Amino acid sequence: MKKLSARRRHPLAAVVVLLLALAATGGLYAAFAPASKAQADDTAQSLAIDEGKKLYSVGCASCHGTGGQGTTDGPQLVGVGSAAVDFQVGTGRMPAQQPGAQVPKKKVIYSQAEIDQLAAYVASLGAGPVVPTKSQVSPEGADIAKGGDLFRTNCAQCHNFTGKGGALTNGKYAPDLDGVSPKHIYEAMLTGPQSMPSFPDSTMPEKQKRDIIAYVKTVNGSEAESPGGLSLGGLGPVSEGLFGWIFGLGGLIAVAIWVAAHTAKAKKS
Amino acid sequence: MSSQEIPEENLPEEQGAAHDAVDKAHADPFADPGLPAHRPRIQDLDERAAKRSERTVATMFLLSMLATVGFIASYVIFPVDKIVFIFPFGHVSALNFSLGLTLGLALFLIGAGAVHWARTLMSDVEVADERHPIEATPEVKAKVLADFADGARESALGRRKLIRNTMFGALALVPLSGVVLLRDLGPLPEKKLRKTLWAKGKQLVNMNTMEPLRPEDVVVGSLTFAMPEGLEEHDEDFQTQIAKAALMIIRIEPDDIKDKREREWAHEGIVAFSKICTHVGCPISLYEQQTHHVLCPCHQSTFDLSDGARVIFGPAGHPLPQLRIGVNSEGNLEALGDFEEPVGPAFWERG
Repeated sequence: MKKLSARRRHPLAAVVVLLLALAATGGLYAAFAPASKAQADDTAQSLAIDEGKKLYSVGCASCHGTGGQGTTDGPQLVGVGSAAVDFQVGTGRMPAQQPGAQVPKKKVIYSQAEIDQLAAYVASLGAGPVVPTKSQVSPEGADIAKGGDLFRTNCAQCHNFTGKGGALTNGKYAPDLDGVSPKHIYEAMLTGPQSMPSFPDSTMPEKQKRDIIAYVKTVNGSEAESPGGLSLGGLGPVSEGLFGWIFGLGGLIAVAIWVAAHTAKAKKS
Repeated sequence: MSSQEIPEENLPEEQGAAHDAVDKAHADPFADPGLPAHRPRIQDLDERAAKRSERTVATMFLLSMLATVGFIASYVIFPVDKIVFIFPFGHVSALNFSLGLTLGLALFLIGAGAVHWARTLMSDVEVADERHPIEATPEVKAKVLADFADGARESALGRRKLIRNTMFGALALVPLSGVVLLRDLGPLPEKKLRKTLWAKGKQLVNMNTMEPLRPEDVVVGSLTFAMPEGLEEHDEDFQTQIAKAALMIIRIEPDDIKDKREREWAHEGIVAFSKICTHVGCPISLYEQQTHHVLCPCHQSTFDLSDGARVIFGPAGHPLPQLRIGVNSEGNLEALGDFEEPVGPAFWERG
């Protein structure tokens, strides 16, 4: 200490102190600044965004505008989030084939990696709902009965009580939920694609969305158990009544006619 | 069967057998040709064929017995929750399927056996039952009319007017006792059709989470259902109350709301409409978030929620009633009163 104190008036002391102070500030900055880790992420993320932007300019920009600002042919994409992109492109609805009452589900033309890049690009335009993780959408351990309750309150009016879908106005319709993956059901609830209203986490928490997915997976689809047997499409009393009137009553009338018909006569010998 | 007999009737031998009828037909083209001649079945002629039919019928009855045994056996064997895959029905309950199949077979085979028995072994000779006029003979008619005239004269109904008029009065008043009883079949509706549970200061409770709704929870394009605070799902009158009080909560950009009153009754674009269709009261919530149209699944009435829930299609006669909402001191959405008009379908005294 004495040594140091003795040299404090040395002509170079100010320079040394200045260098030390600069090193300390730089070191502290390097230690505490959030940049370093974020930077590593950013490179992968920005790469995906760049790739997504290229895909976007080719496949989407003609309707949604070069910067996602929307045109007369397609809505603005700022703030729709990656979940909306993953749903629309992942179910083949986007890119749309033609304008019309409703864009139907069709063959998916992008790979999941490309969809992720597109989603990353659109998410970079403005914050929005994020693609859920596997555990967020898994029906594993969810409350199926509660899901049925929620489904009947929130979804059944359009999608039918077992998710068979139904008609809306002017050619629009609520699609059948058969074969829709849990992730896409979750994203549809979160983002509200096309005519469907959204059910954000603020009014329908994540746990309830999983309950609903578990219910849909239990009652809908070819693997669903149907203790009653022939479900006739699960469309309710209309199809059941039609079947009863046409095939049930028709069969009875046919049998009645046969019972009362002439019996077979012996051929003349 | 019948397909075989049509050509046979045109065979020359057949026409020869009915030679008399042909002669008559020449004399009078509209004469009654009479019944066709009875022709025997193979079972009537051949005892072996009759035995065969007998065996068929007995086999059906035996199979029916087996099916009944099968019914009892499946009831014992299959647990209630066993699911099996059966083409083309899919994954069905083994118990339901086997019970239905065996009981159906047991009943069907009794019927089929009986029909086969009747058609092949019982007599099939057509029996004609002639019709007779159903009116009474002239003597009986004359007697009845004379008796009636006598009775009318003896009662002196035309002469003793006091008796006649009081009797009419008594007969006219008797049904009133029934009308009075009808009145007391139940309580009068009173204000029930006009009032719901909503009242000033009642918070809007989210029907998913059962928590009070906050304005920031409701985003544009979302759909939420709400009920009045204090109502519980296990309440005895829950269904009665929610049938009138059910609410749809949506949010529209305030500039997109075309109706002035709707904008005033909303809270920052959050609007609350009755979920009960004004046509016949179906729950109506097929909300299309792009057009703000709501469709009723029963009769396709369509309402425009951005224009005071005006009816734009279908048989509904009134717009959906809107609930006036605001925010209380805790920041939760609350009602600022009951609906201004009765919810649901119109009724006689609605006005």
